[in-house]
Amino acid sequence: MRLRAIPAGAWIGLAGIAAVAICAIFAPLIAPYTDRQIVGGVWEPASARFLLGTDNLGRDLLSRMIYGARVTLAVALAATILSFGLGILLGFAAAVSGGLIDAVLSRGNDLMMSIPTLIFALVALAILPKNLFVLVLVMAVLDSTRVFRIGRAVALDVAVMDFVEAARLRGEGPLWIIFREILPNTLSPLLSEFGLRFAFAILFLSTLSFLGLGIQPPAADWGGMVKDNKDGIIFGISAALVPGAAIAALVICVNLVVDWLLRRTSSLKGGRGDG
Amino acid sequence: MAELLSVRDLRIGAISHPPGEPPREVTLVEGVSFDLARGKVLGLIGESGAGKSTIGLATLAHGRGGVRITGGQVLLDGTDILSLGRRDVNRLRGARVCYVAQSAAAAFNPAHRLIDQVIEATLLRGLMSREAARARAVHLFDILGLPDPASFGDRFPHQVSGGQLQRAMTAMALCPNPALIVFDEPTTALDVTTQLDVLAAIKHAIEVTGTAAIYITHDLAVVAQVADDIMVLRHGRVVEYGPARQIIDAPGKDYTRALVSAQRTTRAEAADQSGAVLEIDGVSAGYGGGANVLEGVSLRLPKGQTLAIVGESGSGKSTLARVITGLLPPATGRVLFEGAPLPPSAARRDRDQLRRIQLIYQMADTALNPRQTVRELIGRPLGFYFGLRGAAKTARVTQLLEQIEMGRGFLDRYPAELSGGQKQRVAIARALAAEPEIILCDEPTSALDPLVAEGILRLLARLRRETGVSYLFITHDLGIVRAFADSVAIMHRGKVVRAGRKSAALSPPFDAYTARLLACVPEMRLGWLEETLAMRKDPDQ
Repeated sequence: MRLRAIPAGAWIGLAGIAAVAICAIFAPLIAPYTDRQIVGGVWEPASARFLLGTDNLGRDLLSRMIYGARVTLAVALAATILSFGLGILLGFAAAVSGGLIDAVLSRGNDLMMSIPTLIFALVALAILPKNLFVLVLVMAVLDSTRVFRIGRAVALDVAVMDFVEAARLRGEGPLWIIFREILPNTLSPLLSEFGLRFAFAILFLSTLSFLGLGIQPPAADWGGMVKDNKDGIIFGISAALVPGAAIAALVICVNLVVDWLLRRTSSLKGGRGDG
Repeated sequence: MAELLSVRDLRIGAISHPPGEPPREVTLVEGVSFDLARGKVLGLIGESGAGKSTIGLATLAHGRGGVRITGGQVLLDGTDILSLGRRDVNRLRGARVCYVAQSAAAAFNPAHRLIDQVIEATLLRGLMSREAARARAVHLFDILGLPDPASFGDRFPHQVSGGQLQRAMTAMALCPNPALIVFDEPTTALDVTTQLDVLAAIKHAIEVTGTAAIYITHDLAVVAQVADDIMVLRHGRVVEYGPARQIIDAPGKDYTRALVSAQRTTRAEAADQSGAVLEIDGVSAGYGGGANVLEGVSLRLPKGQTLAIVGESGSGKSTLARVITGLLPPATGRVLFEGAPLPPSAARRDRDQLRRIQLIYQMADTALNPRQTVRELIGRPLGFYFGLRGAAKTARVTQLLEQIEMGRGFLDRYPAELSGGQKQRVAIARALAAEPEIILCDEPTSALDPLVAEGILRLLARLRRETGVSYLFITHDLGIVRAFADSVAIMHRGKVVRAGRKSAALSPPFDAYTARLLACVPEMRLGWLEETLAMRKDPDQ
């Protein structure tokens, strides 16, 4: 792949994601203060000392944004990876085995999907203990229903090919068929789907945090910061808009990259190669 | 009389995007010139990639995909259509020049009645009133020998057979009364018996309407029946161009001679056909509780020999292969391997039973995993069945590659980097790696060009000699049967209608179906079509 072939939109997306990732990794080195330190008055406007002003408790907003990137990114990424592992494994197993296993898994999946995701998450998180691991798990399980659908569909396309039949006739087991025959041929559509689900995970986490069931204070995360500062909007304080804008920007960046990946994938599937 | 169509020094190019390399300009067609008078038929013949379809489309001033016409002239009644503007070209297409594609099923919209689609272009160009166009369509249905011409057009595409659909598409092209029709492999996707009907209908319609035609095909025997002149193409250049009689009876170039004589040698059948490595005993089978696709099929394959299964599409020959491999357990009957019955389902067979029966598919494209290299593709059965690994495995893969006449240079190539013939050879090597007793060949050459197919058949014959493997060879091509098989089974609607030694099965007296099947195989001489049709009208002769 040549670097010049990457369109401008994808470059913007990649740059945005890289910037957030750098903030997340090197947060203690970049941030002027820590995320929990009260360093000024409540809702101070932007100044040389506080580049983005302070929040509802007088903490530096910029520092909290930088630490928040760390939490938001890590949780969303962990949830997406877990949901992919689960969804793909079950989806492929359903596609390859067919019959009863497929029916049970697919109908179980439909059952899960018939309950609105947000309500399901609110109930589950209200009952279960509030820690990061449970949060990631709940997000992953709910999201894996969508991945299951996609994984099963793309695997079914490949599973009917003659080379899969040839592997079956050789006597290969299901693991070889899933991981060596089918998975390599579905990687590109799954990769772009991964990006899309990652964007949804960021939004979902922000929603949960805004509702008070996601990341718990005093840890910083972008959705929670919108919630903390939302009352300021009434008084003309824009502190809530900064994390809100950051969420929007990150999701757009991820989508730009995914769009580009999708176009490359579709052109691989017999397009005219103009992607 | 002035020529209708004159093509002068046509050059066509395209931008190629080879994987991993910068795009480059390639020449598809170079320096092609020909003339076509009114009412005459020119046959364009060549392998895939010879540029015959590209030339056909150029007479409609069209280049498919990234194809560009880079030079030369296409004169239609003295006007160079390549220099016309978009609007004039559009007025030309579907009115004065029409096109008949290979796949009629893909060319018709399944949601509309045939008659509306047949007259659509004519109405769009404003050539006739709706009533006149309908009347002409019905007249054309009649000429093309379609059943019940007055109401045939009221049917939907799925309600007619493939051969009828192809004739309906010919009617669509003839409807505006064009000066020129381009036929692009109109009978290639059809069975031999259907091909004969469509060919006869097309020939008759051309004679009656007096249109000129360009007939594109890779089958010289077919083009010999319809064309006045023949142009043989290879790699975008003209090999030979002349009257049909001269090309068929006295070809001037080696390549043409190879095509004409591609009706290979005949294999002397094995004298001793007793014993059996594989026996099929009264097998009936069907899909998902529906009607049986196979009815009481019993066959025997002697060791080291070849049994050819012949039949049209839908005759159940591929289903038979699925039963033997265990993909479709039969409803009744048994499959015996060296005298012992095999478990009906592949899932119940042990590794050794699976190893001894291998399968070669029709489409090597889909039979090889595109994300595995040749080394992995051929190496997997070696590791799986014999536990070979490392250097020993590589050595054996190299040995197999040499056996299929490809070198170790191909070890790390992906299927996309191989030609069609090479892919099929790799598929053969993969089957061979399992050291099987039987290889089921499901039309392994029908998707390949004639000369490439001949190479594959020679390879299979040599492997039979060297390894003593037995073949069950599924085909619809009786030429292959003569060249390759020891015994034959002819299938029709799920039943074996005739079976036995090749010499006995393919000589008279015939049953009705076998006689019809044999009569439909085009012969490489002029006038064959007329004789066959005359024989058919007067079956006592």
